[in-house]
Amino acid sequence: MLIIENLWVEVEGEQVLKGINLRIRSGETHVLFGPNGAGKSSLFFAIMGFSKYKVLEGRIIFKEKDITHLPLHERARLGLGISFQRPPALRGIKLYQIGKLMGGDEEKIKEYARLLSLEGLLHRDVNLGFSGGEMKRSEIFQLLIQEPDLSLIDEPESGVDVVNIDLIAEAIKMLLQKDRPILERKRSGIIITHTGFILEKVKADRGHLLMDGKILCSGNPEEMFNEIKLKGYKECVRCWKKTLS
Amino acid sequence: MLEKDLILKEKEVLERVGFVLDEKQRSGSFVLLDEEEMASNYTEGVTFYSMGKAVEEIKGVKEKLWTLVDRDKDQWTRKAASQPPRGYFIHVARGVKVEKPLQACFLIATSRMTQTTHNLIILEDGAELYMINGCATASYVNAGLHIGITEIFVGKGAFLSYTMIHDWASQVEVRPRTGVYVQEGGKFVSNYITIKESKLTQTYPEAIVEKNGAAQFASLVFAPSRSIYDLGARIYLNGEGASGEIISRAISGGGKVYSKGHLIGNAAGIKAHMSCDGLLLNSEGSIIAIPELEANHPEVEMSHEAAVGKIAEEEIEYLMSRGFSPEQARSLIIKGFLDPKILGLPPALEMEVNKTIEMLGEGSL
Repeated sequence: MLIIENLWVEVEGEQVLKGINLRIRSGETHVLFGPNGAGKSSLFFAIMGFSKYKVLEGRIIFKEKDITHLPLHERARLGLGISFQRPPALRGIKLYQIGKLMGGDEEKIKEYARLLSLEGLLHRDVNLGFSGGEMKRSEIFQLLIQEPDLSLIDEPESGVDVVNIDLIAEAIKMLLQKDRPILERKRSGIIITHTGFILEKVKADRGHLLMDGKILCSGNPEEMFNEIKLKGYKECVRCWKKTLS
Repeated sequence: MLEKDLILKEKEVLERVGFVLDEKQRSGSFVLLDEEEMASNYTEGVTFYSMGKAVEEIKGVKEKLWTLVDRDKDQWTRKAASQPPRGYFIHVARGVKVEKPLQACFLIATSRMTQTTHNLIILEDGAELYMINGCATASYVNAGLHIGITEIFVGKGAFLSYTMIHDWASQVEVRPRTGVYVQEGGKFVSNYITIKESKLTQTYPEAIVEKNGAAQFASLVFAPSRSIYDLGARIYLNGEGASGEIISRAISGGGKVYSKGHLIGNAAGIKAHMSCDGLLLNSEGSIIAIPELEANHPEVEMSHEAAVGKIAEEEIEYLMSRGFSPEQARSLIIKGFLDPKILGLPPALEMEVNKTIEMLGEGSL
């Protein structure tokens, strides 16, 4: 589904990704861990193709196509989707209207809005005056309508209360076809999480620790998260240095 | 009257400015075709006459003219005053709430002509009216001058929503002169919508508001290249607890927009706010926001905010990440910026105005 080879990226002259290698198969869910500023969101924006993120070296292959220099909207049309951590407000553009224009039919829009408890926001301007939790739910709502093959989900649980975390988790499971047997699952996802709450609800196949623009280690996501919780990121650095020597 | 050949031929032009030929949707219709007045009314409690007829048949109408707009204000008012008054006269009786809107259309059908109009609206105490005014040129006309005098009296506790949609040809010059008087507890809402190229539109309507009354002027403007829109509004808040608001959303696609406003607080408990938002699509045009606040009493609450800039790249890319092309994203953001929701119209009328903006926008946005 996605192959990233030796990806180096800079933003406004500053290197934010330094030789990322990553491989995600069809139907897999991966998790990205790492402290603030490690480059997790930057990796998402680079995969998606936002203009500020300049690829210096390496390439991104998505569905066997080299998309390293493909425009943002064409990547989206090819099957990449992203849920933002802090999406911009769109004045005068209603959530319902976006859903409709993205090709969502009436029934799906209603079903997903109900699932995410967003009925009251459908006729409001997208993200304008939305609370943190409402923004997250509206982001996942848009992804559900878009039906991407690979979803990049940035901190779906930050700023969300307990009840709504359950709603979001259910929606992500639906998005990533978690109800299907592994072999029949076609959709993949990468989730960034700080709190790890989402891991309790959405099973992930693999975790990666990102620090200073590099992937330091990869492994079983729950084990990794437990280690990080116990010993912090410092331990990860120590462990990584050990593997180098 | 609506079966007239020219009106049928210009049906599309009329519909673009909110004038519908299906009279079931309206409480009454008026057309000024060059200098010919046509009015039809089908609502009780409402007098909807051509001005020519009103001046002749109704006592006191003539005396009311030029009481809210000074006939010696400028060369345009003097020009209008030199002509016999043509336009409409509306009187809504005390307490009558007119359910469907009244509509009026000012159509220039002869190229290079000067059309002068004089309209008078009187709402007695407690009356309610939605009025839609469409101004347009016949499809084959490209130049002309329109001078429109409008005087409006809003009685105690009465409510008038006055929407104006302009679709002039590229070489038309427009000089509306409007005066409004809002009595105690009355409310006046003006909505101005234009998104087409026209040489010059210059207007600075004035409203006087008494105790606990309210006046609001809102405008949605798209100025293509070679257009100048010089728009303002002045509200004298004279009575205690009166409120005033000026809302302007302007987009320059190469044209020049002046967004002016002057709020004057003369009594205690006055609330007034002005907001100008501008989007500049290229470096050819300009947007000039000039808000003025004048407080003449210590117990007033008056504020203004203005923000002018280009479309945020962040918003375009956000939409692109959902699969919209950059052009689609831009167009969505521009249309969103001119969202008629800010006008506070009732839902059915808002939907209509939304459709109108879309029709007007075909090709130009």
